[in-house]
Amino acid sequence: MSLLTTVYDATLAPFVDFGFMRRALVACIALGLGSGPVGVLLMLRRMSLVGDAMSHAVLPGAAVGFLVAGLSLPAMGLGGLIVGLAVALLSGLVSRTTAVREDASFASFYLTSLAAGVLIVSLKGSSVDLLHVLFGTILAIDQDALYLIAGISSLTLVLLALIYRPLVMECFDPGFLRAVGGRGHLYHVLFLLLVVLNLVAGFQSLGTLMAVGLMMLPAVAARFWAVSLPGMMFSAMLVAFLAGVIGLNISFHTGVASGPTIVLSASGIYLLSFLFGRLGIVRQRLSRPHLAG
Amino acid sequence: MSCPDPKGAPIHLENLTITYQRHPAVHHVTGSFEAGSLTAIIGPNGAGKSTLIKALTGTMAASEGRIDRAGMSASRYGYLPQAAEVDRSFPLSVFDTVAMGDWHRLGVFGGMKRQDVARALDALDKVGLGGFEQRRISELSSGQFQRVLFARLLLQDAPVILLDEPFNAIDERTTRDLLALIRHWHEHGRTVIAVLHDMSQVRQCFPQTLLMAREAIAWGATEDVLQEHNLRRANMMEESWREDAHTCAVHEEART
Repeated sequence: MSLLTTVYDATLAPFVDFGFMRRALVACIALGLGSGPVGVLLMLRRMSLVGDAMSHAVLPGAAVGFLVAGLSLPAMGLGGLIVGLAVALLSGLVSRTTAVREDASFASFYLTSLAAGVLIVSLKGSSVDLLHVLFGTILAIDQDALYLIAGISSLTLVLLALIYRPLVMECFDPGFLRAVGGRGHLYHVLFLLLVVLNLVAGFQSLGTLMAVGLMMLPAVAARFWAVSLPGMMFSAMLVAFLAGVIGLNISFHTGVASGPTIVLSASGIYLLSFLFGRLGIVRQRLSRPHLAG
Repeated sequence: MSCPDPKGAPIHLENLTITYQRHPAVHHVTGSFEAGSLTAIIGPNGAGKSTLIKALTGTMAASEGRIDRAGMSASRYGYLPQAAEVDRSFPLSVFDTVAMGDWHRLGVFGGMKRQDVARALDALDKVGLGGFEQRRISELSSGQFQRVLFARLLLQDAPVILLDEPFNAIDERTTRDLLALIRHWHEHGRTVIAVLHDMSQVRQCFPQTLLMAREAIAWGATEDVLQEHNLRRANMMEESWREDAHTCAVHEEART
């Protein structure tokens, strides 16, 4: 009985007893539902670092929102969305009309954007404000923020379901999609919109610097568990959920910052997946007799 | 296929020029691929063969001249891209890859009905991959993967079929089987155009040939095109662009 009580106290009690922990958990679940599949597609399109660049790129928009309305998620989110989309579209435009590759144009735009964002915050805000924007405050998430995150996750799932077929074709064989008149650019832009939206959803909780953490780490970990695309997307959602539960619990019991703890939990799951996943290194190295044909 | 084969359509090129950063990859090419013809496009590396195929698919714009597709939309053409342009590590099953060939029927939202599934499985059977439908494409050999792309073409059921280096890095048996499919398409009146490098293959299987070296060196019956003097002329093409090149005289003439 006492063991059960200990397990309950260590895992479930914080969420049962405290509303802010429940809201943080729901935020993590909602983030994982939207960011997980988007992260898997980013990884498969070899755009993992573009996701990282985009997460930095939303900073100036968030900073302007912060200057105008303080720590208001709708204002910061809207600012982040506008600037993030502008960076995504400009980078795409530069790479499609010149010889500069997409990752290089993303790098130039996000560095400019990051520097502008830090400058804007430092003009008016304190270093504490800057830390809020950079690292997020998942334990301070309110009802409105939850609705926004849940809304973005729902929109992500619906839009992904609608454009799943051409998006997969665009990733796998873009030349074929163009040849059959599939308007690949449109789906690419819609996909970038989803990336930016999910980063905006993530930055209130994890900050602009780590919002991409719950997008990419679960996606990469999922690669060690599933071989099909739907399987990878589902695994990424599950990993994000587990990282949220574990990270929030560790943060609650030890008093360390919640955002980085959640991302580090996702890193831990990634490491375990790399070692012991269905397609992980240990299982591959286990000597098993080969088959006859 | 249970439905009758669609008849091939002609394609006429009129003074077609396609450029990269103003340098021509295809230069003032004029001529016709007749309806139902089987044509090999050959030429040295950098001769503009793949660029021409991409222009025929409608994915590369002409800098000058035009392509007359006799009223048919380029999106109805069947297209096999070069193997290097396809991401074979993508987590897709063989069936899902073949099913992409049904795009013009299903579009973005259409669901596959029982007969669509049967057609996709039938296409896999025809390329000798029956029973492979649930395999991952990353588990296939180069030859098997090329068979999958041919099954996708079968499902496209297109009147015009464009193949960009279809036999690169695949074994003799697979090449023989896929050549038989190409012959079948030709016999049933489809227009087939393939970029190739193997001259003996071209001599044996392709009645028409377009020899390119950016411009069309020769275009017509294969035995006439593959003359020594034509091949020598094509091989004299400079592979790289001349940075000091002047504006094209034909272009200037047309403007004045």
